[in-house]
Amino acid sequence: MKEIVVIIGGGIAGLEAASQLLKLGYSPIIVEKSDRLGGHVARWNRLFPDMTPAQDLVSELIASSKDANIFLNTEISFINRLKDSYNIMLSNGISIISKYILYTTGFRLFEAQKKEEYGYGIYNQVITNADLEHWFNTNKDDRISGKDIKSIGFVHCVGSRDEKARNSQCSKVCCITAIKQAIELKEKYPEAEIYCFYMDLRLFGKKFEDFYTKAQRDHGIHFIRGRVSEVSENINGQVIVKAEDTLAGKPLKVTLDLLVLMSGMVCNPDSTKSASMLSLPIDSDGFLKSSDNVFHITSSPRKGIYYAGACTGPKTVPETLAEARSAVLEIHSTITGEAR
Amino acid sequence: MIYQGKQKIWSDYQKEIPDDHWYYVRSCIRQNFFPASEKMFLEICRDVLGKDVHENEHHTTCGGIAYHCDTIPQETAMTIVARQFALMTEAGYENYAASCITSFGNYTEILETWHEFPELETKIRELLWKSCRKEFKKPKYLAHTSDLIYKFRNEIAEKAKFRLVNKETGEPLRVVEHIGCHYSKMFPSKGVGGAEYPYVLAGMIESWGGNVIDYPERRHCCGYGFRQYHVKANRSYSLSNTYKKFESMEPYKPDMIITNCPGCPYFLDRWQYVIAETEGKTYGQNGFGIPVLTYEEVAGLVLGYDPWDLGLQLHQVGAEPLLDKIGIEYNPEDKYKGLDKKDLMRPELPTNLKCF
Amino acid sequence: MNIFGFRISPSSAINLDNVDKERFRELCRIEPDAVRCMACGSCSATCPAAGFSGMSVRKVLLYLQRGKEEEAFKLMSNCMLCGKCTMVCPRGINTRHLILSICRIYDKEEKK
Repeated sequence: MKEIVVIIGGGIAGLEAASQLLKLGYSPIIVEKSDRLGGHVARWNRLFPDMTPAQDLVSELIASSKDANIFLNTEISFINRLKDSYNIMLSNGISIISKYILYTTGFRLFEAQKKEEYGYGIYNQVITNADLEHWFNTNKDDRISGKDIKSIGFVHCVGSRDEKARNSQCSKVCCITAIKQAIELKEKYPEAEIYCFYMDLRLFGKKFEDFYTKAQRDHGIHFIRGRVSEVSENINGQVIVKAEDTLAGKPLKVTLDLLVLMSGMVCNPDSTKSASMLSLPIDSDGFLKSSDNVFHITSSPRKGIYYAGACTGPKTVPETLAEARSAVLEIHSTITGEAR
Repeated sequence: MIYQGKQKIWSDYQKEIPDDHWYYVRSCIRQNFFPASEKMFLEICRDVLGKDVHENEHHTTCGGIAYHCDTIPQETAMTIVARQFALMTEAGYENYAASCITSFGNYTEILETWHEFPELETKIRELLWKSCRKEFKKPKYLAHTSDLIYKFRNEIAEKAKFRLVNKETGEPLRVVEHIGCHYSKMFPSKGVGGAEYPYVLAGMIESWGGNVIDYPERRHCCGYGFRQYHVKANRSYSLSNTYKKFESMEPYKPDMIITNCPGCPYFLDRWQYVIAETEGKTYGQNGFGIPVLTYEEVAGLVLGYDPWDLGLQLHQVGAEPLLDKIGIEYNPEDKYKGLDKKDLMRPELPTNLKCF
Repeated sequence: MNIFGFRISPSSAINLDNVDKERFRELCRIEPDAVRCMACGSCSATCPAAGFSGMSVRKVLLYLQRGKEEEAFKLMSNCMLCGKCTMVCPRGINTRHLILSICRIYDKEEKK
C-alpha cells in the first residue's frame, strides 16, 4: 500500500512537496482552505531577481502535482493522535488516518490598516505590495489606473521589525520586493520620482545587490533611510509622507501620488490553530517552532510531523521550494527506515 | 478619503463613559483664557441635561504644567494628583472628569504608571498620608470633559436652536477639529477614536451639522508645547508650528476651529494675531482670522446662548463672521459690556488682523 | 516693525517637493555613480580634513540630493583633493573626479 502523506496548505511549498512525493511513489493529500492552489505566489506577477512570471512557476507546480488527492475549500476540523499515526478530520466530513503530516501553511500578509498612521483604507492613494502585484496582473485598480502619477513612495518594514505591531521579525523579502516593484513602476512611469523609505536594506540573496545598484544607477530610484512617521492627505487627494532622513539628521516630507506599503509576513493563525491541536510548540515570533533552527528546520519535535516553507518564518520562493524537497526527503528516509 | 475606513477605527476606540455622577476638576488656565467655557460645561450638564456634577473648591492644579516644563519631578505631580483623588473619594464619587487635556493626560499617565509600578503607588500613598493625612481610591472612570459632551452630543443636537450650517447657502460649515496632544497621543485607547483619527470633536461637529476638515497637519501640535512657549527664547518655535498648521489648513477655507484643550484655542487664536502683525497674513475671509472656539463655546452657541455671555469677546479673532454665517443674533453694542452692562472699555485693534 | 521679539523661524526640514532635481540629474549624466553611494562612511573615515572640518563626500552627495546645496558647498570647500576617499570607496566611486564635476556643474550657483 502506498503511504499517505497529508499536506496542509496548497501553496508553492505544498505543491512542490506533493510533486516530489508523487515521484517517490507516495500518495499525497493536499488540504487547501481556499478555492484555488498556489497561495500568495499565485497572486504575484513577477518574481525577483530574474522577473520570472509567477504564473509560470505556479502552473508548473500544479501540473506536476495534479495526481495528488486535492481537497479545495477544506479546512482541518480537528487532528488527534492515535498510537503511531494521526486522525485528521476535514471540514468536508472526510477523515484520514496518516502517519505523516506536512505543514505547508505559509504566512499571512500583515494587515496594513493596523498601522493606523499610514492611512491604508483611509487615504485613497495608499496601497500595499499585494495590491500593486494585483494591478500588475489585472491593470484594474482605480487608485493607479488612469491617474497622473509623478511621485511614488515605498515604505519598507510595514508590520515587520515592529514590536508595536507584535512582529519583531524581519520579513526578509520586502526590501528586494520594494526594489523590484519600484523598478517595475519606473518602467511604467519613467518621469516619476520614486522614493524608498527603509530602516536597513537587507539584500542578502543572489543578485539582490545588483538589483539594488541597478535601481539606483539605471532607474534613479531614491533611497531614504528613515521610517515613515505619518501619512496624511492634501486637498488634491495626494498623500504627504513625513519621515526623518536619518543620514541627514533632518525631518523630511514629500508629496506623493501613490504610496506602497510593504506589508510583511506574519504567522498564519490557521497554522497556529491546528498546531495547538497537536500541542506543537510555537516560536517567540508566532511561527511554528522547528525542532532546531540550524540542522532540522523541517522537523517538528513530534514524530511524523514536518514543516516546509513560511510556516516556520519568512522565506523566499527558492528557499520554500528547497525546504519542501528537504522535508519530502526526510519523510522518505523515515518511511524507508521503518520499512527496513 | 475613505470615510468607512475611519469609522472602522472609531469603532475600535470607544471608551466607556458613565452617564452621570461626575467629580469635576477645573483647569488652571482656562478660566482666564476662556472664562465662560467651564461655566457653560456645568450649566449644560446640570441645567440642560440634568446631570449630577460635583465640584470642590479645595482642588488645586494637577501639576501638569510644572511637570511638562521639567520643574517638578513626577513623584511630586503624583502626590498632587493623589490629593485630588482623595478629595473625590471624600466627596463620595468614583467618576473623575478633568476639564484640562494636560490634566487628563497627566491622570492617565499616572494611573498607567501605578498599574505598571505598584510600588510607586504605595510610595505616593505614604507621601500623601505624611503630607496631608489623606487617603484615596483611584477613580473607576476617568474622562476628559469633552468625552462627556461627546457622549451627550446628540441630546444637545436635539435641544439645539442653531446648526453648524451656513444660513445663506444651506451648506454645512467647514470645521477644523484640533485635539490636544495629551488627550490620546500618549495612550490611544483612552481617547474616543484613538490617536491618529480622534473622533471626540469630529463626532460633535457631525451631530451639530458641520463638515469635518482633515488637512495634512491635522495631527500637529498647536504650537504651545509648554517649553516652547513658556521659555521666551523658544517662542518663535511655538509660533512657527502654529504657522505650519494654518498654512496647511488654509486651502480648505475653514469657517471655524473647534478645540478641546486649554492651550490650543489660546495659541491658535492669539498667534493668528502675531502672524498677521509680523507677516501681514490672515487666514479668514476679508482680512479676518479663523474663529477658534472651545467645544463648550460651540455647544453653547448651538444651544442658543448669547455669544457675549459665552465670552467670545475675549477671543482675539473676531467671532462675528461665524455668528453671521450661522445666523446667531448678537448686539455689537454689548460686546464689551460686563454682566452688569457696564462698559469694560475697548481693546486696541490690531493693524493687520481685522476685528471689531 | 516686530514688536514681539520673536518671529516665524525658517524650517530646516527637508521638503522634497521643493528640491531642484535638474542639476543633480545633470551631474548624474557625467557621474552616473553619484547615486550609488550607500552611505557606509568610509570616505569621511579616511578623510584627513574630516576631523577638523566635518568634510564628508557622503554628506555632500546627500545634501545635493536633498536640496541643501549651501551646506554641501560649505563642506566641499574643505576638500584638499587628496583622493584617499577614492581609494577606500567600496562601490568604486571616483570621488575625486566626482567632486571636480560637482564644482563644475554647481559653479554658476556658487559664484552668485
